[in-house]
Amino acid sequence: MSSQISGAGDGAVVLSARRISKSFNGVQVLFGVDFDLRAGEIHALMGENGAGKSTLVKILSGFEQPTSGDIILDGHPVKLPPNGAAEALGIVIIHQEFNLAEHLTVTESLFLGREVTRFGVLDRKFMRAETRRVLDLLGSHVDENAMISSLSIADKQMVEIAKAISRDARVVFMDEPTAVLSREETNFLFKQVRKLRDQGTSFVFVSHKLDEVMELTDRVTVLRDGQWIKTSPTSILDGESIAQLMVGRELSKLYPAKREPDVDEEIVLSVDAVSTGYVKDVSFEVRKGEILGFSGMIGSGRTELMEAIAGLRSRASGEVIIHGEAVPSGDVHAANRRGLAYMTKDRKSKGLLLNSRMTANLTLQSLENHGKLGYLSPASEAQALERARRRFDIRVRDGNVVAGRMSGGNQQKLLLAKVMETEPEIIIIDEPTRGIDVGTKQQIYHFISALARDGRSIIVVSSEMPEVIGLCTRVAVMREGRIVGMLEGDEISEQEIMRYAAGLKKKAAA
Amino acid sequence: MDTSVNEETRDVRRRNWRDIDLRAVAPFAALILLLILGALVNPNFIGLNNLANVATRSAFIAIIAIGATFVISSGDLDLSVGAMVAFVASLMILFMNSGVIADPALMLTAAVLFAVVAGSLCGLANGLITTVGRIEPFIATLGTMGIYRGLTTWLSQGGAITLKDPALQEIYRPAYFGSILGVPVPIVVILAVTCIAAFILYRTRYGRHVVAVGSNADVARYSGIPVNRVRTIAFVIQGLCVAIAVLLYVPRLGSTSATTGILWELQAITAVVVGGTALKGGAGRVWGTICGAFILELVGNIMLLSNFISEYLIGAIQGTIIIVAMLVQRSLVRKS
Repeated sequence: MSSQISGAGDGAVVLSARRISKSFNGVQVLFGVDFDLRAGEIHALMGENGAGKSTLVKILSGFEQPTSGDIILDGHPVKLPPNGAAEALGIVIIHQEFNLAEHLTVTESLFLGREVTRFGVLDRKFMRAETRRVLDLLGSHVDENAMISSLSIADKQMVEIAKAISRDARVVFMDEPTAVLSREETNFLFKQVRKLRDQGTSFVFVSHKLDEVMELTDRVTVLRDGQWIKTSPTSILDGESIAQLMVGRELSKLYPAKREPDVDEEIVLSVDAVSTGYVKDVSFEVRKGEILGFSGMIGSGRTELMEAIAGLRSRASGEVIIHGEAVPSGDVHAANRRGLAYMTKDRKSKGLLLNSRMTANLTLQSLENHGKLGYLSPASEAQALERARRRFDIRVRDGNVVAGRMSGGNQQKLLLAKVMETEPEIIIIDEPTRGIDVGTKQQIYHFISALARDGRSIIVVSSEMPEVIGLCTRVAVMREGRIVGMLEGDEISEQEIMRYAAGLKKKAAA
Repeated sequence: MDTSVNEETRDVRRRNWRDIDLRAVAPFAALILLLILGALVNPNFIGLNNLANVATRSAFIAIIAIGATFVISSGDLDLSVGAMVAFVASLMILFMNSGVIADPALMLTAAVLFAVVAGSLCGLANGLITTVGRIEPFIATLGTMGIYRGLTTWLSQGGAITLKDPALQEIYRPAYFGSILGVPVPIVVILAVTCIAAFILYRTRYGRHVVAVGSNADVARYSGIPVNRVRTIAFVIQGLCVAIAVLLYVPRLGSTSATTGILWELQAITAVVVGGTALKGGAGRVWGTICGAFILELVGNIMLLSNFISEYLIGAIQGTIIIVAMLVQRSLVRKS
């Protein structure tokens, strides 16, 4: 414990956790964790999925009560009030999924629940002026009268932060704030965060993105399996060492070796001039055993294209041909039967039934394999779960746990297992590793590589360029609904992909 | 070392206890409590005869509520079932009165098939309006409720429709008043319908699809489940259950009127919700539904047998039950 070296921002400790433990239904997820946050620092909280970061954040913001241990605010032990009431103490949490009502204006959102009145009537003028003041303080150009629903995701994030500041927040928790932001938006956010830090606000920054942690934070605390591992100034660490602390083992190569398919391998999927509302005239082919990447900016039409190929969305024109046979438009079942499966990037709202157990989720797409004439055999389903848990290393303490209570990494593995239960030959994986930790990422990459070696063809859609570069032997780059470049071999590099994605370079698609 | 082993076993035991879903148990606990309360109020209550009577009388609501369990589990709602009972019953009696088949036994068989088809078609109409027409189930079935009720009033010209043929009446009577091995037929029918429904909901692909659609329609769609077909079939099952209830209802009085089945939709929904099925879909409890239907009927019975609450308050008490049931459910969810 003596390794708590003092680092940058030598302010007084504002908020700290002393020997915090937490159990859910008899399963312990935090084991005597210590954590302290100084005035005017940005403190990264790192760890794999399931390491206990979210739980610790919830405890320090009052959303959960610790099973044992103390929370110390300004040197005094406190019991934080639940359900966000800790905001009154200056402790604010900015949730991963925003807590903004879409049909309110920016001003109304900022003052939600503490509206200012004059003689019992809302003082709109004052509230608008105050909102403007806070937004200006942040250097944000968001209109205080705009509807939340009309804002970009980055602007919504800004409104959340404005909300925190307008409540005189001293401690701000940010859970994966940059997950939905572009690079510029991230830069802007960081600028604002640093500015507030210099004025004395403390931030706890939860993120999986090592480069951002290195860039932004003053100190790093690493948790692993619910235990405190290390707290140290960011400046004396590098990405590699943080990753090692998180995983607790040497990270051997993140990506498995690439294997190019033979040129004369059979073409299993051919997409011919497919258009939808947004996607325009897209054609490409996939060979047996190939891993084809799809890169591009968010909103470049990749997901729309893949959903059209998988039959989840109807096509305006064009053909999808699997093994020489055309697949009817907008028919998921037909695509499934021909051996094509799509794995959504949205595992929480489109992938898994969060209130159902693992088995019900695993077999949902392939129930016809578990009994005849519509009857379901519980034994056969149980076997499938046993197999899937082994094959995809799904680690849960209780086999009856509902999917919503599993960690992100385990959910992602379960989703992959669910899709693989349909025994597809062509698998489209949209954002294979969104919001999951390094260790699980590595596992997923190896699963994908093993599936390809098995003779299956895989399309990886990803916004993380290293992922596409590390996994794929060919990369299609999309921009504004079209494939603008198809890269192979040595051409595949971040710069080259960026050039196509940003529209600096164009090449007629094959 | 010893203590840690103890911790472990205690942990396992606690977990086993937790595996029992309190929400599934609660309606049965309430039923037992009611039985005890009834026995204290009036010793006649707990007699086998009285209880069999109560169960028999609950048959209509219980069977309709089984259908409602499917519709509600898939995330929809059917308000038209009460009107549908009146409509299908009217059609069935009119068919039997038409005399197109001379032989009573043959006529009855045909009428039964006719009612089953009519009920299924009414359900299919609800399903198609909701799914193909993309109208909120609440509104769609509010509309068909008016239509079915209105058609019944028109068919009966505001009065009653009565089964005329005494020979038909004679052979049909046992369907409600008869018994099999000493068990009243309606109770046998409840058990049979419930067993089949439980099998479909828990042990078949279709049942799994119903729960998936009700739980999250997007996940179901992305899993290749034909969402609209699953929802429509649930409405057809509801229509089928209404038809079965009609088959028991017609021999009881041999007559229907425009006021038949009024407010039955609310009783059916109450039975489903009291039984532990979530109104927003995603979890169906067939046996709980039956339990809910019994509870509703038992409360009425206890009030009749006791002297201190007016039986005119039955509606108010049933209304209270649904609210209390929701409160209890919610508090149990919080705990788990």
